[in-house]
Amino acid sequence: MEAINQSILTWIILVPLAGAVLVALLPDRYKLPNWVALLTTLVSLLLSLHLPVHFNAALRGFQFEINTPWIENPAIFYHVGVDGLSVWLVVLVGLLAPVGVIVSWNAIRERRKIFYSLFLIQQTAMVGVFIALDLMLYYGFWELSLVPMAILIAMYGRKDGPKAALKFFLYTFIPSAPLLVAILWIYARTGSFDFVTLQLLISHGNFPSGALFWVALAFLFAFAVKVPVFPLHGWLADTFSEAPVAMAMVVAGKLGLYSMLRFHIGLFPSQARAVAPWLIGLAVIGILYGACLALVQRNYWRLLAYAVISHFSFITLALYGFTFTGWAGAFYQILNQGVIEAAIFLLLGALELRYGSTEIGQFGGLAAKVPRLATFFVITTLAMIGLPLLNGFVGEFLILSSTFNGVSRGWAVAATVGVILGAAYMLWLVQRIFYGGESPLAMQRPAHDLQFGELAILTPVVVLMLVMGVAPMQWLNTIQTGVHLPPIHSTNALPPSILQITSPGGIPR
Amino acid sequence: MTPVPDIYRILPEVILTLTGVAVMLIDATLGHAFPRRPLGWVAAIGTTLALWASLWQLSLPVGTGFYSTVETSPFTVFFHVLICGIVLVALLLTLDTLPEDSHHQGEFYALIVFGAVGMCLLTGAVELLVVFIALEISSISTYVLAGYRKDTGRGPEAAIKYFLLGSFATGFLLYGIALIFGATGTTQIYDVARLAPTAQNHAFVLAALGLMLVGILFKVSAAPFHVWTPDVYEGAPSPVVALLSTAPKTAAFALLLRVLYEMLPSLRSVWAPLLWIVAVLSMTIGNLAALRQQNVKRMLAYSSIAHAGYLLAAFAGLGSIGIAAAAFYTAAYSAMNVGVFAVVALVSGYDDKLPLIDDFRGLIYRSPLMGSLLLFFLVSLVGIPFTGGFFGKFYSFSAAVGGGAIALAIIGLLNSGISAGYYLRLALAAAQRDPQPDRAIAPSSQVGVAVGAALLLATAATLVLGIVPSATLHSAESAAHTLQVPPPEAAPLSVEAPIHP
Repeated sequence: MEAINQSILTWIILVPLAGAVLVALLPDRYKLPNWVALLTTLVSLLLSLHLPVHFNAALRGFQFEINTPWIENPAIFYHVGVDGLSVWLVVLVGLLAPVGVIVSWNAIRERRKIFYSLFLIQQTAMVGVFIALDLMLYYGFWELSLVPMAILIAMYGRKDGPKAALKFFLYTFIPSAPLLVAILWIYARTGSFDFVTLQLLISHGNFPSGALFWVALAFLFAFAVKVPVFPLHGWLADTFSEAPVAMAMVVAGKLGLYSMLRFHIGLFPSQARAVAPWLIGLAVIGILYGACLALVQRNYWRLLAYAVISHFSFITLALYGFTFTGWAGAFYQILNQGVIEAAIFLLLGALELRYGSTEIGQFGGLAAKVPRLATFFVITTLAMIGLPLLNGFVGEFLILSSTFNGVSRGWAVAATVGVILGAAYMLWLVQRIFYGGESPLAMQRPAHDLQFGELAILTPVVVLMLVMGVAPMQWLNTIQTGVHLPPIHSTNALPPSILQITSPGGIPR
Repeated sequence: MTPVPDIYRILPEVILTLTGVAVMLIDATLGHAFPRRPLGWVAAIGTTLALWASLWQLSLPVGTGFYSTVETSPFTVFFHVLICGIVLVALLLTLDTLPEDSHHQGEFYALIVFGAVGMCLLTGAVELLVVFIALEISSISTYVLAGYRKDTGRGPEAAIKYFLLGSFATGFLLYGIALIFGATGTTQIYDVARLAPTAQNHAFVLAALGLMLVGILFKVSAAPFHVWTPDVYEGAPSPVVALLSTAPKTAAFALLLRVLYEMLPSLRSVWAPLLWIVAVLSMTIGNLAALRQQNVKRMLAYSSIAHAGYLLAAFAGLGSIGIAAAAFYTAAYSAMNVGVFAVVALVSGYDDKLPLIDDFRGLIYRSPLMGSLLLFFLVSLVGIPFTGGFFGKFYSFSAAVGGGAIALAIIGLLNSGISAGYYLRLALAAAQRDPQPDRAIAPSSQVGVAVGAALLLATAATLVLGIVPSATLHSAESAAHTLQVPPPEAAPLSVEAPIHP
């Protein structure tokens, strides 16, 4: 068991990569690429489940660590590990992978080898981002995660793939240039890329604070574009409306949000604290802005994109509220969003495959024709808008209550308006697509309801939504072990809000 | 210690020369009907032998031969291996892409090999006149190769432009050498290095530095001496461009390193700012011009100008760090650039039937292998991690930051953001579904054994440099440490050796 624990993370990274190579080598016949990809993703899901099962919630710090030299000069280490924050994210990536393969099963008909190879490489890159503890290794996976996405958007774009792909790539690639300079600057000062070492060094305050401010800002900028935070969201709507469903589903949001807490707040707590008011403001604007724009979209992928901006802004709000409850809630909400989005992408993808349209106006009255699809869609919608007993509620509640108690009542109230708007655009979407009179499109096309493969993947996802809504402590217990303040040595650094939240009742038990 | 026979010091060059002569003689004696393709294999085998001979030279003690005109050291071996590797890949590529009935196929292989002789000799020469001769050997071969498509208008145009401008540049270099001789009374690089700091005619040395820089920067196609590059790359056959854009540049960079770091390190305060400006100009002009290109080869030509700029950023690095970074960059750049031109050669063919970016649309659907490889090499040229391009840029800009040129690093990274724009335009066009699938598109050339090996070598090198760069970096570092003037044995002058630690 010890041997497994010491190598499991490497396996989780390597299995999708090996699958990608295998897909590339095998011939494109008899749906062989699909099956190999499905098997690979299932194996990596099983491997990733090893982590929470053997995760010791009594310990703080990183577990399943591997730390071996990779490149001598500069001193880059293959240093990976997970803590309470990242352990479930790795599982989430593992869970979304087979879902993505099933979604693409019928949707991707051409060049399946390239599609599944790149899809699997994307898995490797994403897991890598979540487990890398060496800044260069992290940067490597971070950049790598752009490439398959950009290529696949270009290859399978609905209307203007290359343009959307270029937009996506440049939006996320250019901010990573300052990130790299910042990482190099840190290395030049310390001679280390190691996250744990750097966290200690920076907390001892041996850095010129002026330069450190810019370094922290470079980190934040790269992450904020990826989330995306309000004024930097230009790429998301195009990406969602062009990208293959499976890719949009696995990529959205998680990477940037995780990186914010781990590498921005985690490495530069004082600097993050200094910009927190700005981010709180931007997050609330993003919540309302995204929700308002979602209300007026005619294309459901674009609607979803703006809905996602709104939802991720909630999480950003919680991250920069600097409360433990908020952080735990934020990470729980990242998981929730991942699961909910998987379902909603799958369902909308199924709709597009059946009716060949992404215009909401062309739908109507589908509930009678595809009742199972409609049922699942309604359940997912309810989870998304935060109905109690479903998972969206728990995360949203933690985020809003922590903001209300620990940050500012005004911002919390403003953000809550976003919840109402969220219910409005989602329910209106349901109404327009599934109820009302049957549209010409719905009458023309032969309707066939969800099929076995889709049901087989949707049912567990929906059950998971319910379980995560009823028994959140299963997850929150683990997440809490990762939520702690990075060491701060200066005197006035403990923000008042944190003192407030350390009292019992901060996190519901 | 027994002295090393002089011939061992130039063993790779000797092997290459014999191979070239053999190829030419066989070509002349064979009947017209006989296929010339086997000659390419002879050349490839000769080049492989030369590569092994270079590696074997590592076991020789570091030192010079032929009256201190050529040197063998880890520095020369590093560049010999690199050049032989590039030439080998280019030969393998030519084997399958050169039309069988084409004009003077045998001479083609011989010229490539003779060019390699010059390039190898250039990296090993420590006597400025030998440097000049080596440069001429390599240049004349490449002038001919550039104009190999005589029947097209662009072929001769490319060759003539290259030849005229190249001769000019060589003239500059020769003037520089003459002035060096005037100032110091010698053309032996070690002696120049010892004498130059105390030379009477300091102005001569400065002028010589300037003239030699012009000559060498022309060869590496750095701005503002880059104007020939797009025309020549467009006119020359793609397999030749794969060679032209890498091997002579590699050799010229080796020469630049030798001249600046070994011969004139005392003038660092003069040449460092000059190269700073040239680096910024090359990156910016190269990238901005590439953004506007519709022709793939012209775009890649401007991209290679930009890469020369990234590489020159390493010269802001101090001493061996800068040398090692530059040496590593040449390796990474050569691997990915040979690769990308190999793909272009296969897709558009010897005759450049598909020259435009729009013609590459849907490549990944027509030919998944070529499409994927093109994407891979372009991703490496952008500088995404886990490819050679990333570590090349990484070390180059680290060296610049280490040498205090933080602004240069920031300009460089912003430039690589710009470069993503045009690399991706090509990559995404290739990934896109062809909007007019019924267009008559010439089928891509078949991937034979030789081309397969060439692509495999380029891909493997790019990946290895991106994932496990340590070994190459070690070689580059030991190369950097040997690039210095050996201590004077019986020098009458007690000049302090102006060597960086």
